[in-house]
Amino acid sequence: MNPGYELPVDDVNYNFAFLDEFAKREIRRNILKAISIPGYQTPYASREMPMGRGFGTGGLQLTLSLLGAGDTLKVIDQGADDSVNAVNLRQFVELTCPGANTTERAVEANIIQSRHRIPEDKLTADQILVLQVPTPDPLTIVEPSEARRKIMHGEGDYAPLLTRLYEDIVQFDEIAISNRYPTRLNGHYVIDSSPIPRFDVPKMHQSAALILLGAGRERKIYAVPPFTDAVPLAFEDVAFRTEAFLDSKGNRRQCDRCTSVTSYLDEIIHPDGSRHWQCSDTGYCNDRCVQRQNAECEEARS
Amino acid sequence: MKKILEVRGLSRIHGPGCPLCFENTGADAETNVCASCGSVVAAQDVSLDLHQGEILGIVGESGSGKSTVVKTLFFDAEPSAGEARFFDGDQQLDLFSLNAARQRWLRNHRFGMVYQNPNLGLNFNVSAGGNIAERLLMSDVANYARIRQRARDLLTRTEVLGERMDESPRRFSGGMQQRVQIAKALATRPPLLLLDEVTTGLDLSVQARILDLILEIQHELNTAMIVVTHDLGVIRLLAGRTLVMKYGQVIESGLTDQVLEDPQHAYTQRLVASAL
Repeated sequence: MNPGYELPVDDVNYNFAFLDEFAKREIRRNILKAISIPGYQTPYASREMPMGRGFGTGGLQLTLSLLGAGDTLKVIDQGADDSVNAVNLRQFVELTCPGANTTERAVEANIIQSRHRIPEDKLTADQILVLQVPTPDPLTIVEPSEARRKIMHGEGDYAPLLTRLYEDIVQFDEIAISNRYPTRLNGHYVIDSSPIPRFDVPKMHQSAALILLGAGRERKIYAVPPFTDAVPLAFEDVAFRTEAFLDSKGNRRQCDRCTSVTSYLDEIIHPDGSRHWQCSDTGYCNDRCVQRQNAECEEARS
Repeated sequence: MKKILEVRGLSRIHGPGCPLCFENTGADAETNVCASCGSVVAAQDVSLDLHQGEILGIVGESGSGKSTVVKTLFFDAEPSAGEARFFDGDQQLDLFSLNAARQRWLRNHRFGMVYQNPNLGLNFNVSAGGNIAERLLMSDVANYARIRQRARDLLTRTEVLGERMDESPRRFSGGMQQRVQIAKALATRPPLLLLDEVTTGLDLSVQARILDLILEIQHELNTAMIVVTHDLGVIRLLAGRTLVMKYGQVIESGLTDQVLEDPQHAYTQRLVASAL
């Protein structure tokens, strides 16, 4: 969106947060239902948004129906605040929600809309994490018919998904699902954990913050309520494991900027062909740099 | 001998159905289609008993309702009337009054089915071992090493090479696919196995080996089986007792030798005469 863009005079009378009050109320009602049945995909009337489906319309509708004046929003795309999609969504909210603040620091925000990542900072009970989901149903890969998938969910029939894991171990000696890892909530429903990497899946388990997942194109809302068990599917003797980020000597790689050895790292290949690793969560990385007041850090950023 | 299964008055009607359906169809009427309402009566008033370790044969021409009977017992199709009791340990289960989840549990834990067409029984998108794993996972085995070992044992037992267990069954021959299906059905050691035309379309030597395998399994595991076929040779080799069906009705039943050597019903006499 053009930063200089202003709504045409005729359209200034948009309702607060773009959606009309009935739409927002419907979404809030569905959020309550989703929280009551952890992992159940609640259907809702996904509205047309002034952006293409697949650009985070599901997450945006959740955010807009929750946001009020005085709330603080952080938008993340690929872990960063300054990627195109995150900037667009943030500006849209600034344009349509007068009185709501935006931030780039996870600790300051009370609503965080994200795609691909859960922030490195531990979320608190005062925060809500909204995730954008392209494919809400984890069973899509094994069963094309939605009617049958619903029955499978109802009966807790997830054997075909586990067969998928079995095939992975046979072929690759480990479970090769990099993102959207199927995760069982509260001992029953298995959810698609949206495109977050395996690294972030354990953060859903007993999370203090409410996690809402919205799929705009597929018109589904589901939730990981606070302090709920979220257990990734695995075998008794082949445990779930996260990305390790080890170098050739077996040491944990660290972030080039902030030297963190606990965060999720992006691999960056410089023009000279050298490989570098950097925190994918830019807000977290910047905070650490400021704390360390590291001159090197400033250098690396430029 | 312990009874495993008791079926009484099993019927399946495709269509609206009317009070005259049973009169208008069957072996005497020589049709499946009810003249007054146009419904197709796939099976009418079928009753049978099955005991532990016994093989019961169902024989008849195509459209006689033999597959319909096993499909309803495996919950692939719903019956229009009738009841079936399954004796599980000291429990008695009324199959058709159970809810969907319980039916699925029984299917996964207590029954095994081998279809004529491997496409129905196997998932071609996963490996042969994966097919067996799927069935084990359905019955709540969640240990990878154990699943793998059991899949290897079963495939070896059914003479599929262990080295090929990680290949898709799509690349197997018809006989091998059928053996993978049998291994899959046996994975949970079910007390009841349903075999629907397992040897149809296979060449004679492969047929013979699969029939041998079925007999060996019956001796080893004492599994009760219902074998559906139109091949009297298969019935003679496998089944202790036989039902003969025509147009949805059971027209003759008894010990296999008796039915084949001394057929009472005109249709059975024709059938035996034409086959031998």
